[in-house]
Amino acid sequence: MLTVENLSKTFHPGTVDEKKALNQISFHLKKGDFVTIIGSNGAGKSTLFNAICGDFMTDEGRILLDGQDITFKPSHVRSRDIGRLFQDPMRGSAPGMSIEENLALAAGNGGWFSGIKKSDREKFREQLALLDMGLENRMKQPVGLLSGGQRQALTLMMATLTVPKLLILDEHTAALDPATADKVLRITKEVVAKHNITTLMVTHNMQNALELGNRTFMMDSGHIVLDIQGEERSKLGVADLLERFRLGAGKNLDNDRILLS
Amino acid sequence: MNFIDVLSLGQTTLELGLICSLTVLALFLSYTMLNVCDLSTDGCFTLGASVGAIVAISGHPYLAIVAAMAAGVCSGFITALLQTKMGVDSLLAGIIVNTGLYSVNIAVMNGSSLLNMNKTVTIFTKMKALLSGTFLSGQYVLIVSLLAVALVVAFLTFFLRTKLGLAIRATGNNPDMVKSSSIDPVFTTIVGLCVANSFTALSGCLLSQSQKSTDINIGTGMVTIALASLLIGNAFMGRGSILKRAIGVVLGAIVFRVVYAIALRLQMPAFMLKLVSSVIVILAISGPYLKKQYPIIKRVMQGRMASKASDKAAKEDK
Repeated sequence: MLTVENLSKTFHPGTVDEKKALNQISFHLKKGDFVTIIGSNGAGKSTLFNAICGDFMTDEGRILLDGQDITFKPSHVRSRDIGRLFQDPMRGSAPGMSIEENLALAAGNGGWFSGIKKSDREKFREQLALLDMGLENRMKQPVGLLSGGQRQALTLMMATLTVPKLLILDEHTAALDPATADKVLRITKEVVAKHNITTLMVTHNMQNALELGNRTFMMDSGHIVLDIQGEERSKLGVADLLERFRLGAGKNLDNDRILLS
Repeated sequence: MNFIDVLSLGQTTLELGLICSLTVLALFLSYTMLNVCDLSTDGCFTLGASVGAIVAISGHPYLAIVAAMAAGVCSGFITALLQTKMGVDSLLAGIIVNTGLYSVNIAVMNGSSLLNMNKTVTIFTKMKALLSGTFLSGQYVLIVSLLAVALVVAFLTFFLRTKLGLAIRATGNNPDMVKSSSIDPVFTTIVGLCVANSFTALSGCLLSQSQKSTDINIGTGMVTIALASLLIGNAFMGRGSILKRAIGVVLGAIVFRVVYAIALRLQMPAFMLKLVSSVIVILAISGPYLKKQYPIIKRVMQGRMASKASDKAAKEDK
């Protein structure tokens, strides 16, 4: 589904601030793969996501999504096939518009001049009810009135309303309180499993990294130093993972936000 | 001042308020929805007036309206292009276009800065002819402007609820969200400013034709007047459905004109209009800001008083 070949990006080339954020990264994801990504500070996790989503032009390499070369496509074109969530829950929805209007915008069906139809509303209501947050009864209210957790759940719903080919989750539960984070994570798991969406997720929670999905990348200095899946992965504990990282990267995992349990 | 005078003054005020409310509706789209402060409004207003006047004078009263609006679309397109594709800051783009439009407007008016339309057939004279003999015969300006405002409000309420309208609102409401979504902010900004400027031009066209003359300065200060009206309107009905807010904005424009008319009656000289509109905009924008700052200011003042008092006490101890 997603193929990344020799992807490289250097920021501020030729200056003292030169930083090789992505260094010849290559991997291939099959349809339905759910990859969790962990790594040290500045390892290039978010940069990899930004590169795939088209926030900047890469220096080298290719990105193929579902057989299509998207390396040079503008980000808003890529977004039709890629759903994306950020750490900041405020980033994914428009606070001044109602829940219903945000969903209509994300649904993306109909022409430019189509409005919200009754059938759309029913569909939204059904979907919102799955979140179990009571949002289905507040569809006319502006999104600005929702809590961070509710907004992140709504954003997740918006990102998957038309099933994307790729879902990108950049620590999307890190800014939420533990209980809400668990809830959003549970919804994430359900939605991804239901539609068999190919997913990339950055997390700082080592336990989550091993429990969720079917594959784990560990990144350091713009490389993927560890790529584990299948039986090898299922036997691994958090301590083993840290040891494997040390062997792969040649140093200890250095991340000030990491959660070991 | 007798009753008839008040009535006719009220009518003129209402007409002026309605015609200018079209510009306020344009800012409702560009400033409130798209979050772009479009400073080309003054020039675009005059552009609508001059293009409308020239086409009407050449004998096409209906085409004049269409031509004026089309000219507004072009002006909006250039303002939008400058700020989305050519790296010009959005405020600066408006100012540049506004300056350029001054020359364009004089060129459109064949090098003169004043066009007389006393004998010209316009949409207003057409309506006057249509209504002659009925009890509404004196209200032709009011009816045309009411019709125009109703059409624009209806269009906006429809448009802002379509997918394109939602995309435009999202562009203004959360640029971060739009950046990582499938909405192209360049496209929505261009469409938004084109539509908004067509209303501004329509407003200018109707004002000049109702006054039967076009002057190069007809649009001067319009952006501040319209902003003042918009903010007054928001104070009335700033929440709720788009229809409610659009109507609030129209009411804001009328209230502004009524207040101004009363001030004129109370011997305020006419040249004060622009200062008054500036002051209203300042109050409406910085009022809420200062209100929010007040606790901090109060805290600082109290702190200073307390420290002064303790200093004094310390000195006395010595």
